[in-house]
Amino acid sequence: MINTIYRLCAPRRFETAFDNIDVNVGVIVRPTHLSICNADQRYYQGTRDIKVLKEKLPMALIHEAIGQVVYDNSGGFKPGERVVMIPNIPTESDEYIAENYLRSSRFCGSSADGFMQEYVCIEPERLVRLPEDIDLDVAAFTELVSVSTHAIGRFKSIAHNRREHIGVWGDGNLAFITSLLLKKMVPHAEIYIFGINREKLSDFSFADGTYLTTEIPSDLWLDHAFECVGGNGSPVAIEQIIGVIRPEGTISILGVSEYPVAVNTRMILEKGLRLFGTSRSGKADFRKTVELYKEYPEIPVYLSRLVGNTVEINRFSDIKEAFETDIKKAFGKTILHWNI
Amino acid sequence: MIFAVILAGGTGSRMGSTDMPKQFLEIKGKPILNHTVEKFLPNPKFEKIIILSPRAWIGHTKEIIRKFTGDSERITVIEGGKTRNETIMNAIDYIDKNYTLDDDTIIVTHDSVRPFVTHRIIEDNIKAAQLSGACDTVIPASDTIVEGDGRKITDIPDRRKMYQGQTPQSFKAKLLRDTYMSLTADEKDILTDAAKILVMKGMDVSLVQGETYNIKITYPYDLKIARSLLDDEEIK
Repeated sequence: MINTIYRLCAPRRFETAFDNIDVNVGVIVRPTHLSICNADQRYYQGTRDIKVLKEKLPMALIHEAIGQVVYDNSGGFKPGERVVMIPNIPTESDEYIAENYLRSSRFCGSSADGFMQEYVCIEPERLVRLPEDIDLDVAAFTELVSVSTHAIGRFKSIAHNRREHIGVWGDGNLAFITSLLLKKMVPHAEIYIFGINREKLSDFSFADGTYLTTEIPSDLWLDHAFECVGGNGSPVAIEQIIGVIRPEGTISILGVSEYPVAVNTRMILEKGLRLFGTSRSGKADFRKTVELYKEYPEIPVYLSRLVGNTVEINRFSDIKEAFETDIKKAFGKTILHWNI
Repeated sequence: MIFAVILAGGTGSRMGSTDMPKQFLEIKGKPILNHTVEKFLPNPKFEKIIILSPRAWIGHTKEIIRKFTGDSERITVIEGGKTRNETIMNAIDYIDKNYTLDDDTIIVTHDSVRPFVTHRIIEDNIKAAQLSGACDTVIPASDTIVEGDGRKITDIPDRRKMYQGQTPQSFKAKLLRDTYMSLTADEKDILTDAAKILVMKGMDVSLVQGETYNIKITYPYDLKIARSLLDDEEIK
């Protein structure tokens, strides 16, 4: 079948391209709800390194998306089933290295076309069924939620068991999701949020405390911390965490920075801290996330606060409009209703 | 019920020296007809995809569907008629004989040589036909349209009101057949497409936005464009 693909060919410029897909291989999914990520915006606005842009474009963006199965020749999925699509494409398995860290894995919207397509032809193993009553605008950014699920899973396997006070640096989407999931996945811990915007911090109503990073109490202590800041804010956030965290604590780094970040290794050594990176997620994390949606119906309700703009994509020009709208948003996610 | 009606009655006379009907020419190693049918196959709204073929090519059509698209109970190949509209009437007769033809039965008729039709266009056609009884897929005219008598211009219509017709054209099947049957032989003679059946009788046919790339592969030039859009190595 001839499939229409909407690729970014240069910063702020999309083009229509076509691909031939075999309807008898894999599952054909019609994307229905797409969600724009900061990583997509870095390509769209051309803020990635020029060499990276040259190497990767043209490429379809978007790695956060859900859809409806329209055709599965193998019969594993029924037409109409709602699914979340996993953007990570492993080409091998490893006993110790998770699929999202294997250098051989490909990733939709980074090293392969993303989900801005008329249909997505995808392996059945890369699909996870969604609950029937799920809020579809929330489900659209399940991939982002699964990144937090993955980070907390790693934290639980790496961090020591004193988990009374956990800090989350950041007041954006990832910090919101991570702290929300921490309340459920590490139920006895008190969760404290550290951000720069008082208004945004007031949204973290489920947290045990919120602080401006300029007003951190001197007697505050943390067993462990998550850095969800990224960008230019990374160095300050990591520096603050190293300052307030207790010895032998873990620091989970989630924020993406385009530039190398200097860290205070002297204090890392003195406190015996463990810093570990977490990036993306794998199938197990998607499954766990969907289980969390079912087990704690309040999670999708809280997450619905992140639905900022919803944009109807009926024609080609609407795509650019959606990305421009997303740039102007202060908080939350821009969801694309994919009608094109 | 909703049916896709794929009009594969062309004989390829406009495709230059080729003697094979144009819908059987290949892009990316697969006949154009298959590419077109496969745009309808994934849509679960279609009860059946009815392909209408000239009698001499029915066997070949069945064979290429089986070979390139695979066996599907949702696809059937039947004989077309002498004209485009007679072919559509054959499809409606098939539905009448094998299913229940009622006021809500929708047919989405489509040229077999327009493989770049999109999910959105098909969905918009279904919605528009259900809502208003009939629709035509169009794009705004990019060239000025000139009306002439063969020697000189008789009119230059306002381009803002001009559109280029594409397919699908979708209809409430019973309404289309009943209206067609009410036409005189002379009226039938001047029909160029199915939408005109209803327009001649003063009925509304709504417009669905097409796409510039929803091209009809009519001439060798079109085939080259189609192949280049798909990066087909066979471009010559």
